[in-house]
Amino acid sequence: MSADTRPLLHTPLHALHLELGARMVPFAGYAMPVQYPAGILAEHRQCRHEAALFDVSHMGQLLLKGADAAAALETLVPVDVIDLPLNKQRYALFTNAQGGLLDDLMITHREDGLFVIVNAACKDADLQHLRDHIGRRCEIVTMFDRALLALQGPMAVHAIARLSPGIETLTFMTGGFFDVAGMACYVTRSGYTGEDGFEISVAAADADKLARALLAQPEVKPVGLGARDSLRLEAGLCLYGHDIGTTTTPVEAALTWAIQKVRRPGGAREGGYPGADVIGKQLAVGALTKRVGLVGLERAPVREGTVIVDRDGHKLGVVTSGTLAPTVNQAVAMAYLPVDHAIVAHEVYAEVRGKRLPMRVATMPFTPNRYYRG
Amino acid sequence: MTTKFTTDHEWINIEDHDAAVVGITLHAQDALGDVVFVDLPAVGRTFAKGEIAGVVESVKAAADIYMPVSGEVVEINEKLRDEPALANTDPLGTGWFFKVKISNMVEFDELMDGPGYDALLKTL
Repeated sequence: MSADTRPLLHTPLHALHLELGARMVPFAGYAMPVQYPAGILAEHRQCRHEAALFDVSHMGQLLLKGADAAAALETLVPVDVIDLPLNKQRYALFTNAQGGLLDDLMITHREDGLFVIVNAACKDADLQHLRDHIGRRCEIVTMFDRALLALQGPMAVHAIARLSPGIETLTFMTGGFFDVAGMACYVTRSGYTGEDGFEISVAAADADKLARALLAQPEVKPVGLGARDSLRLEAGLCLYGHDIGTTTTPVEAALTWAIQKVRRPGGAREGGYPGADVIGKQLAVGALTKRVGLVGLERAPVREGTVIVDRDGHKLGVVTSGTLAPTVNQAVAMAYLPVDHAIVAHEVYAEVRGKRLPMRVATMPFTPNRYYRG
Repeated sequence: MTTKFTTDHEWINIEDHDAAVVGITLHAQDALGDVVFVDLPAVGRTFAKGEIAGVVESVKAAADIYMPVSGEVVEINEKLRDEPALANTDPLGTGWFFKVKISNMVEFDELMDGPGYDALLKTL
């Protein structure tokens, strides 16, 4: 165990979480609500059926400013940033020289710069990475004290539109400046649950008031990080540090969709990011292993770290995330398997407490995504 | 009827001369959260005190069930298998895990009584 004894940081919604009866746990240096009194299952369903409010203020918000910011950022990600239209949002990856992943992030092209959201556990390292490599080419503005709220679920649009008429015209992966309940926010229509929804960046001083205004809507209930994890897993979305990391490439992680043609070999702005040689070659010939979804044929949850074997008991890989998925009501997991086993419907076995539980390779998401594309 | 408790937050209650019932405490189910799966021991299997006899899993975590006393498993709660949420809604009643034929009553007598367990909870 690490001997990190630094006091936990609080988000601007800390007092509200306590007031709502949240169970607080340490996460990436912050005290965060893992669940409220309703419990993870009820909170998971709340998000799938109505609307869920998450505090994700622990995530790192940055703004990259200046005429050269997009070109500079392209030297760190295998993603088309230069052609990202105004108010459009895109998923991206910070790569290392071996083609592995330092973090995954969201980039939104705002009028005032490139708005970047990174993982809480990586934000200090990401900031240093940005300063070291592109600090001279653009202005890096940290907004780590801002709050970030996620309102997710099929009813989220009705709740937020009551507080910000017109916001419903946003489509998936677009954003804009909006007043929500009278508070200045930057809002994108995106999230980490597979549902329609919004992520709302707001000044720390306004966060509590905004959260209460959202929670006052009949569709909305608070939901913790526990359900956020089961929701994102059902949606087939990666959790950095678990499903992806410094030793997994975008090709191995089945994230090649995040690499636009223009940055691939033969594209107008091919390569030019760390690990481009490794990733470029894998884009052409494939990788040896691939991240896949697995569905259990038995009910037992198959959790992170579980060894996956073939029918003869030979080790194939390891589970990177797994739980009993509340919506699909089956054990679901992600794992890296050799590509000759990474075939949909192929049967493999999870070694759980001395038993071999059959699982089938499955397409992800495990639950259909319900994004609003207009 | 006597109920005893373990430091691993199981309860054991002597039902009659042949079997004691084992389950998890209110505190244990609360700490785990929503139970979604239980793995119960095979009937007829003998365990030593402290051996892992089963597993209880919530969305978030898995926890081992330790045998509170040495003995033979004589019955398991099949209903709990189908309805794991009983461990949350009625942990001291219909959410019981298994019944064990105690091989050494001294082990049972040495377990904490109700006030002893309450005192333990206050230290957590």
